[in-house]
Amino acid sequence: MARMKFLCDADRCIECNACVTACKNEHEVPWGINRRRVVTINDGKPGERSISMACMHCTDAPCAAVCPVNCFYTTADGVVLHSKDLCIGCGYCFYACPFGAPQYPKVGNFGSRGKMDKCTYCAGGPEADGSKEEYEKYGANRLAEGKLPLCAEMCSTKSLLAGDGEIIAQIYKERVMKRGYGSGAWGWKTAYRETIES
Amino acid sequence: MASFGRLIRLAFGACALLLVITATPASAQQVNPTASSVKEQQLLHELNRIQGRVSIPDQRSGVLEQPQGREWREFRNVTLRWIGGVAIIGMLAVLVIFYLTRGMVRLESGRSGRTIVRFTLFERFVHWMTASCFVILAISGLNITFGRPLLLPLIGFEAFSEWSQWAKYAHNYLSFPFTVGVVLIFLMWIAGNLPNKVDVAWIKRGGGIVGHDHPPAYRFNAGQKMIYWIVVIGGGLVAATGYELMFPFYISGIEGMQMAQIIHSVVAVLFVAAMIAHVYIGTIGMEGAFEAMGSGEVDLNWAREHHSLWLDEQSGRTGPNDQKPQPVTAAAE
Repeated sequence: MARMKFLCDADRCIECNACVTACKNEHEVPWGINRRRVVTINDGKPGERSISMACMHCTDAPCAAVCPVNCFYTTADGVVLHSKDLCIGCGYCFYACPFGAPQYPKVGNFGSRGKMDKCTYCAGGPEADGSKEEYEKYGANRLAEGKLPLCAEMCSTKSLLAGDGEIIAQIYKERVMKRGYGSGAWGWKTAYRETIES
Repeated sequence: MASFGRLIRLAFGACALLLVITATPASAQQVNPTASSVKEQQLLHELNRIQGRVSIPDQRSGVLEQPQGREWREFRNVTLRWIGGVAIIGMLAVLVIFYLTRGMVRLESGRSGRTIVRFTLFERFVHWMTASCFVILAISGLNITFGRPLLLPLIGFEAFSEWSQWAKYAHNYLSFPFTVGVVLIFLMWIAGNLPNKVDVAWIKRGGGIVGHDHPPAYRFNAGQKMIYWIVVIGGGLVAATGYELMFPFYISGIEGMQMAQIIHSVVAVLFVAAMIAHVYIGTIGMEGAFEAMGSGEVDLNWAREHHSLWLDEQSGRTGPNDQKPQPVTAAAE
């Protein structure tokens, strides 16, 4: 089985935010929630880099470890998903997540936390693949259709890569070799406890 | 001729282009834009977090990475369970051993049959409002920390989630009457709970917990004062940190919330352990103690044994009262 990962080649990202928009549209993500965002570091200064970030689908995911109701599960592809039926909206996964991935719709008591929402790697949730219930709760299930996450698929500069970890790491390594530089696989060390040597 | 002029210009252009190409050093063609670029590991090493600018309205999502969630995870899953387990099970064990060896603290002079008002209806209402909120807050809070390893395997995912969802609602809503209760307790009993010299003597004599000693005390003895300050300070801390967690990002960012959860949970489990001892001494631990918060009136002999100075004060206020222990037979009338 593949081990699905995201890799953002920061030397290619032009901060067009198309991944953010595509994600919101594909999954009809509720107002106020962004499953993916582009963060620009040292904006306007020499050495500025933009990184597109969502849930990294960590190895030994912290969100799953701290969840009081154990609503997370990891698929055979290494995708970290959760059940909105079990989620109680406590906010613990958000405290533990290194990437700020979990988001909460403001529908609960005092307008605080409803059921948690996060990037599903376009792989839906525990409901039947492609079902109406799954779409309403988690958005499209592209993985079940044999497609990769839309954010990476439509990235105009092919900065954002999605797919099997070893394959996208190989693609990145070849790029670095060819162009002679690379600022590294952002978030990999934190998420997967490994990095791509270049 | 015009065509000759054009030829000359072309030749000059070609020469100039050749000059530019040959003048450019070969090394400059290999540009390395990452030489000056931001480095992930360097940023993490410097600040332990990476923050930037986002163009979406949610400015808080500008935090790209905050790996200190790992330390918080370790605290939440390991450290807190140890602290809570040792504090609560340890307290229960101590009380069981104490009960089996010392037993109930009896009324040594028996019941007089005459009572004195210890807590007014309002005081009892505030006490029980705070106490009932506390019990539900404690159970629903402990469920968040210990429910997954202890209760979930017994009742299954759906039932456990359903219960935890209601427990969360209860925890959020009951925090308000609980906070009101803590504030009222602070205000209405502060006068009797300021430490004084009597407390030093009381503590030196071990509060008379062991043996048959009855060190003098005013309305509240040193042990009760400790409970009072645990409630006021502990209650204040759990309330403040709890509201910080209930209203995310109003007060602090993510590290602030991690810290708030740590303070909230550690204070809470110690609070629970202290309240178990409080419940023990107020019920099966001491004869005649529960009435103080039950009916609000305690037996005169109970007051004399445990709060002699307070009884003197009250007697001075309400008129002459014989200081000898009342005969036990009076209770039978």
